[in-house]
Amino acid sequence: MHTGSFVSIRNVSLVYGEAEEAILAVQDLSLEIEKGEFVAVVGPSGCGKSSLLKLVTGLLQPTAGEIHVGDEKVLRPIRGVGMAFQNPTLMPWRTTLDNIMLPFEIVEPHKRLIGRNRAKYTAQAEQLLATVGLGQFGSRFPWELSGGMQQRANLCRAVIHQPQLLMLDEPFGALDAFTREGLWSVMQQLWIEKRFTGMLVTHDLREAAFLADRVFVISQRPGRVIYEATTDIPRPRTLHTTFEPSFIAIVHELRERISQELNV
Amino acid sequence: MTNARRFQIAIPWLVGIGLFAVWEAVCRLFDIPPFVLPRPSLVFATMLDYRGPLLQHSVHTLFTTVVGFVLAVAGGTAIGLAVGASSFVYVGLYPVLIAFNSIPKVALVPVIVIWFGIGTVPAIITAFSIAFFPITVNIATGLATIEPEMRDVLRSLGANRWEILTKVGLPRSMPYLFASLKIAITLAFIGSVISETVASNIGIGYLMLSASSRFEVPLVFAGLLIVGAMGVGMYAVCVFFEHRMTRWAFRSQDLIS
Repeated sequence: MHTGSFVSIRNVSLVYGEAEEAILAVQDLSLEIEKGEFVAVVGPSGCGKSSLLKLVTGLLQPTAGEIHVGDEKVLRPIRGVGMAFQNPTLMPWRTTLDNIMLPFEIVEPHKRLIGRNRAKYTAQAEQLLATVGLGQFGSRFPWELSGGMQQRANLCRAVIHQPQLLMLDEPFGALDAFTREGLWSVMQQLWIEKRFTGMLVTHDLREAAFLADRVFVISQRPGRVIYEATTDIPRPRTLHTTFEPSFIAIVHELRERISQELNV
Repeated sequence: MTNARRFQIAIPWLVGIGLFAVWEAVCRLFDIPPFVLPRPSLVFATMLDYRGPLLQHSVHTLFTTVVGFVLAVAGGTAIGLAVGASSFVYVGLYPVLIAFNSIPKVALVPVIVIWFGIGTVPAIITAFSIAFFPITVNIATGLATIEPEMRDVLRSLGANRWEILTKVGLPRSMPYLFASLKIAITLAFIGSVISETVASNIGIGYLMLSASSRFEVPLVFAGLLIVGAMGVGMYAVCVFFEHRMTRWAFRSQDLIS
């Protein structure tokens, strides 16, 4: 069955653990993501948001329901997905440049080509570093960079191989407010240039509204979609956008829905 | 070079010389006979007198130790990778490894002698058998403590087990490996000297045993000091490679902000 969506999550449930200790993390959750769309998933902590990312990429298998990416049912980890977590997980033994070139060594067809075309690939990586303001830092080790700079490098590593699917699990969660808002613009710029399909999990409602085309609110565990907001604000959005009434109204509505959920 | 740095380099030598001075003073003050505890000055004089045989035997000990050590690095790494990479191997092999490591190796030497005769081979095998365990444990620990997010990033890129092992597992285990090498090299000396003491006609262990049977206690002490010195030397070699190959693990925490 082809629905026209790039990612299709159909009536998915996920149970953690076994027998009496089993926890129902996600229940009967459905949502669709168009190709090239950027969606955000918000909700109370422990509502199964991160599990949802792992389900879509095939790192976890649903207990019930089906997930399709492209035209294929997800039965094992799908290849070539870009992922970024709150922890930058850069490899301390590699320079920043070598870190962001990691996907080239693993994802086809780059894996076969990089041996002969290393200069071309290196130039591509250096160019990407420059667009996020790390042009001078390719030869530095990640532990020589600040937290915000490490997170930029992490984003570069997630998008360098032009993935069709980008999964972000609270990538800006550990940063201070100024750095975080700066990186929203960096992220938006990368998305405008490359138009991958993106899925962002976050606690930050302003972040969700700023980056996403649509925002899904997930209920408390077991997680279900309880509200969907469309943020039809033209791009590129700037920090000024976040002070406009239409933006504030969206954030306010999201906040209301989560408050209701927490009071139940 | 700052004064503090100079002091840091000088202090191990000062402590060593200080120890010898105290030792010398105690021997002279209480008039301890040399066959109980020889003065360091007498030990060094004996070392000079016997420099030929001492050199010959210590070179042999160094040889068996280094060969045993190199085998232990290869074998220990291989077993560590297997134990760390597969939970089946871990569950199956770990109790056996711990049982083997609990056996005093001196009790093993006679068995090895029955299989291979006396001399070089038992010394190498004993050095190996005592030195590989810390290497195995540390490599397995390095692999077992890979951050799950790092693994997820690689798996979602499509990396197979081998790629995860070579791109993350091995480099991540390197600091653990080098930490274990420093323990393993000193253990390897213990292994080869034990074996030479029990069953050999060459090596510093054999030399010390035959010297003590003739009550040439200063020569026994000369042998002990040489084993200690070789241990420190090989330890320094390990530290040198550790700093060269895993510089990232000794990073300073100052950031660019």
